[in-house]
Amino acid sequence: MIVAELSNRELEQRLNGPGLRLRTGPVVARIQSPLPSIARAIALQYADYATEDEASFSDFRVRVGRPRNLRRWLRPQAQFFVDGNLPFTPLPLDQAFPMLEWGLNWCVSAHCHQFLIFHAAVVEKTGRALILPAPPGSGKSTLCAGLVNRGWRLLSDELTLIDLASCEVVPLPRPVSLKNASIDVIRAFAPAVTIGPTVRDTTKGSVAHMRAPSESVRRGMETARPGWIVLPRYEAGSAARLTSLSKGRGLMHMADNAFNYSAHGRRGFECLAQFVDQSSCYEFAYGDLEEAAAVFNDLAAGP
Amino acid sequence: MPMITAALETPQELVACTLPQWEELIHQARRANLLSRIALDLAELGLLPRVPLAPRAHLEAALVMAAAQMEAVKREVGVLRTVLSTVGVDLVLLKGAAYLIAGLPAARGRVFSDVDILVPSGKLPDVENALMLHGWSTTYHSAYDQRYYRKWMHELPPLRHNTRRTVLDVHHAILPVTARLKPDSAKLLAASRPVGGEDRLRVLCPVDMILHSATHLFHNDDLRQGLRDLADLDSLLRHFGQEPGFWEELPRRAAELDLARPLCYGLRYATRFLGTPVPSEARASADIGRPPRIVGRLMDLLYDRALRPVSPSDAGALTPLSRHALYVRAHWLRMPPLLLAWHLSVKALRREEETTT
Repeated sequence: MIVAELSNRELEQRLNGPGLRLRTGPVVARIQSPLPSIARAIALQYADYATEDEASFSDFRVRVGRPRNLRRWLRPQAQFFVDGNLPFTPLPLDQAFPMLEWGLNWCVSAHCHQFLIFHAAVVEKTGRALILPAPPGSGKSTLCAGLVNRGWRLLSDELTLIDLASCEVVPLPRPVSLKNASIDVIRAFAPAVTIGPTVRDTTKGSVAHMRAPSESVRRGMETARPGWIVLPRYEAGSAARLTSLSKGRGLMHMADNAFNYSAHGRRGFECLAQFVDQSSCYEFAYGDLEEAAAVFNDLAAGP
Repeated sequence: MPMITAALETPQELVACTLPQWEELIHQARRANLLSRIALDLAELGLLPRVPLAPRAHLEAALVMAAAQMEAVKREVGVLRTVLSTVGVDLVLLKGAAYLIAGLPAARGRVFSDVDILVPSGKLPDVENALMLHGWSTTYHSAYDQRYYRKWMHELPPLRHNTRRTVLDVHHAILPVTARLKPDSAKLLAASRPVGGEDRLRVLCPVDMILHSATHLFHNDDLRQGLRDLADLDSLLRHFGQEPGFWEELPRRAAELDLARPLCYGLRYATRFLGTPVPSEARASADIGRPPRIVGRLMDLLYDRALRPVSPSDAGALTPLSRHALYVRAHWLRMPPLLLAWHLSVKALRREEETTT
């Protein structure tokens, strides 16, 4: 069953009751929330996602609610619980859905050490993964959103999971988080996409979520082989430039953006080394998304 | 009783769990910081392959993290030993790091959030300087916090290493300066024992280690970790309980260190929750620390609820209330009333400030 098959009432009953067991790639989150904004956002962003029944196993129990304190009358807030713990301080109530998204990312990066986890966007074409590891502000989410609107399959805009046994990328397709100017850039670039309401004044500025393409969600269990590792850098007005990078440098950039690489020790190094060895590594500067998409489509058409 | 305590006592029975039961167990274990401990129990029994794939992934992930943390703690201890030797101070490890370096079963699958060490109070300035020279910095920056720690607590404000990001707690006592009970740190240090064949690397002697564990648990204001702390105590008692003379020495030393009350509670709740075997004579001699009957009843009521690692939704309204009561109690034991009132109001006002800015 998928979320879209639930009526609004059924969705709210699950969120208010036992929780909505939502599958995203390898992870099932059991989400509870009494907040109408969360129900609306889930109905919009997660319509295509599978829900699991009560005989299943949920990886995380997540709750987004309002703290019960005096402040709720003055400055309503939302807080995020996972397995009964509060990993973050509460945020203003209108940031409830971005908080859920950050919280779900946190669950994976803090617990799913069966994978090597990298802070990187990742998309797929012809069975091969294009990984974009980069610090915030480098335009990786924008580039990722651009590429999935030009024929690439979304694996994740935030977390690249590499399976240690198979050395392949495991998808975690979720809504793409767009920030500030990127929101309008993507609206103009792909007028047909669904973008949720813009939430202003978060710690990351304005945030809006682009719905993941249905096909990416449907193929959420299909892994991808190593393909390309590309360090993106947005430069206003710059022409697209793809420059080769040594594999050693590529590996170090991946390691710099890893959550749990050191915890995996030798096994982690061997898996990452094998993965990078089978990938081509580049640096990429771009100023125009259409031009960038053309460069990567050429790359994917090659050997 | 929740699943987690049963899982700690009889891990071999877990293979019969259904998927929703696995979900509940992993939820509870994660909440109590005991997931890696349970994973290790199952791994050592050779039962991991019989756990369904989805929960097994979390158990294996917890094992990876636990192993990495152990390596990190060992590395950290090596560095600390070198740093402290520059000021001629022995490295005396407490809690998790001590269990690990002493090779005790209590370190099995344990999660480490920091390294705790005990130094003579007269050496604190030297030690702090040496640590800062080698890359540690203080974590609490407000003047109030600094004063709070330095004047009233039994430790420096936690230090964090600038590059490795590891956290170090430097204690000069096992209870705050302001606490009602006054165990003498000099006695603890004098009785400490070398480990790993190195005279300058030390841990508390067995009975002191247990008394510290019990004291920590029953003076701690954060009882969400309570069951983990109790599991430590259980493991230490089971291990050292085999040594000849141990059970006679334990209550004697507790009286000597002014820690009869925490020992009495520790033995009571370890047997009650985790079935720790304690000889009846030892229970009887530890009873010199027994609280007045009415207090004992109340404590049973509070701890029975507070030590359960269940989520607020399953726990009913009383669990948070019990934890809150014990939070206030922990502070009550650590500070005289006026100081307590002052400290709690500063904290409350500041929390208000932080959330409104």
